[in-house]
Amino acid sequence: MIRDHFRIVTINLTTGQSAIVDVGGRNEVAGGSGLAAHLFAKYGQADKPWDEPEQPLIFAIGPLTGYFPLMSKTVCAFRSPYHNQYAESHAGGRSALALRFADLDAVVITGKAPKPVCIFLGSRRIEIKEVHYLWGMDVYATGKYLRHMFRGSGHRSILRIGPAGENGSSMAGINADTYRHFGRLGGGAVMGVKNLKGIAIQGDSTFLLPGNKDYPRLFEEVHKQLTDTDMMSKYHDLGTPSNVIPLNSIRALPVRNLQDTSDPNIAGISGERFAEAALLRNNACAGCPVGCIHIGFVRERFAKENRYLYRQIAYDHEPIFATGSMLGVLDCFRVLDIIDIVERMGLDVISGGVALAWATEAFEKGIISEKETIIPLKFGDAEGYKEAMKHLAMGTNEFYQTLSKGTMVAAERYNGKDFACVLGQEMAGYATGEVFFTSQALGFRHSHLDSGGYSYDQKTEEKNVEKAVDFLVREEQERVFLTSMIACLFARSVYNGELLGRCLNSVGYADLAGSISDVSRHIQKMRWRTRFATGFDPGSISIPKRFTEIETCKGKIDAEYLQKLKDGYAQRIIELSADDDKKTEEKR
Amino acid sequence: MKILTTPRMERCIGCHSCSLACARLVHKRLSWDTAGIRIRTSGGLSTGFEARTCLACNPAPCAQACPTGAYSQRKGGGVIVRKKLCIRCGECAKACPVDAIYLDHTGEPFVCIHCGRCVPYCPHDCLETEEVITESAAGEKGEEVQS
Repeated sequence: MIRDHFRIVTINLTTGQSAIVDVGGRNEVAGGSGLAAHLFAKYGQADKPWDEPEQPLIFAIGPLTGYFPLMSKTVCAFRSPYHNQYAESHAGGRSALALRFADLDAVVITGKAPKPVCIFLGSRRIEIKEVHYLWGMDVYATGKYLRHMFRGSGHRSILRIGPAGENGSSMAGINADTYRHFGRLGGGAVMGVKNLKGIAIQGDSTFLLPGNKDYPRLFEEVHKQLTDTDMMSKYHDLGTPSNVIPLNSIRALPVRNLQDTSDPNIAGISGERFAEAALLRNNACAGCPVGCIHIGFVRERFAKENRYLYRQIAYDHEPIFATGSMLGVLDCFRVLDIIDIVERMGLDVISGGVALAWATEAFEKGIISEKETIIPLKFGDAEGYKEAMKHLAMGTNEFYQTLSKGTMVAAERYNGKDFACVLGQEMAGYATGEVFFTSQALGFRHSHLDSGGYSYDQKTEEKNVEKAVDFLVREEQERVFLTSMIACLFARSVYNGELLGRCLNSVGYADLAGSISDVSRHIQKMRWRTRFATGFDPGSISIPKRFTEIETCKGKIDAEYLQKLKDGYAQRIIELSADDDKKTEEKR
Repeated sequence: MKILTTPRMERCIGCHSCSLACARLVHKRLSWDTAGIRIRTSGGLSTGFEARTCLACNPAPCAQACPTGAYSQRKGGGVIVRKKLCIRCGECAKACPVDAIYLDHTGEPFVCIHCGRCVPYCPHDCLETEEVITESAAGEKGEEVQS
């Protein structure tokens, strides 16, 4: 519903109490990323670690959620077990529309339940249900039981964790509606320490639309732009795996723990190969006609007779890079096998794959042995990786417990920091060059989507630190407004500032529409201030030696340029967080 | 006379664009419930999607069950809706054999009026309107939907 404030629900798992709270600030923080940081300031504890029960787990949507196509994502914010700082993770699926139709702009969960519980939410329902019998179950089984327990097929969202989250792994994600994830930075562990196995949200209310004629007309215009043009064809056709071949051909695909940036046999895991051999069907996030979710299948012969079972597993560029090229597994079905285990365990696939890539190289170098890894690790050995993923999620021994805290934590403990592919967190699947490495290492979410560093690398030959840093800061500012609406970033070329202003105007947010630039800057600074308040020190982020040893399409990485970029971007982030909004206004 | 049909639901990706379009354009609401077509999974996302929509029965059990004439038989199948006459008794929803009528929490019923406005929003062409032969098209007017 259109409101000049936010309507949120707070749920305290320690006391079992919940409350509907009106929170101001709509015209200052918009929603999504801005609202999450705003709520962390209100409910978070900057002086207490991530696993203190009172730390909040926040889910937030934006002012345009559900009102326009591809306004279909949810921001999850928490103090991260990965770096013990404020963090965001984003997911599609149905949670955004379910929250909209539950008439909630955000959910804030604090406290720790005495026994494992699930939260059931709707526009007329708030319930904490004890579910000790689900503890220990994998993500798929948990989903099946929750679907039985919480009726409302089609218009509900079911978020849940697997064993990795229960075990407090910093690499544990939150599964959203089977095929999407709040994957990165350990949100699953935050649910785990709260004894929170799942959250089911029923979108069961309805709102009258604005009486003006602008809104339906504008919806039509936006829908046409998103579906009639070829803007979205990449995501509609092969999906993000269409990146695999081009990145490989320009020597920008991380291969075998980034020992290489291309492989002659990459065709076995290309987007084309997946589509031809393994693609079963597509799915969409609720409210998105593009339907970029690609679901593959694997079938498994489980008896000597011709007896088979089959599994459906979603794939994207990042899971393919993390469990494919990074692990030297170059067969699409074997990649799906590994992703399937990752999904069941509730691990973040990027961190899990990159962590095992490091462990494999460490194993090959003799730094660690089977004493640590339990099974021999070898690039290309999918069966071994399936087992290793389970050990990583379960924390079977001290080695896997350490590795699950982060690849760099294990690299420091066992030696091997030089070849740990960590850029703030385990790297994303782009080895495009210095600007991307800087962007992920220092970016707010340590995500390739924080800003377009990978794109800048591919388009720009010039090595100009100031220009590159300007680009990263500007891109982040534009994107943070999109993630405050909260749009899928795949629609970023359609939803420019002008269109977002018209969208906001059409549904009644005229003030916000008129101050997009100021609000973007404010949210950008506020997020960084929140991060710094919880201990962020850009000077402590280092870019491991491996990133300077590789060759991309532009030749050898320029270590000096990389260092200058990192220093320059770090300085700008420090300035951003220190900058007072009022002073900026006065300067203007 | 046209009716809405769902001949290619195997292609459905669950984007809910059809429901949202119906709610937006026909009922002037933001909703995926108060719509003449609603999408649900058939037992979890791994099993595909089903559409809950009017099958254009003729005679329509919901029209026969309606005590006020708010629902009356539409030529070609389905019902003509006159919301002003509705007393929110819910008998229409009870009578529908395929759960095509949604009652909101106030008891207001929502059903497909076979206008076809959802069809162009489906990205996979799951839906279409189909011409049906009626005994007489004379005097047929557009359906009335009033909130």
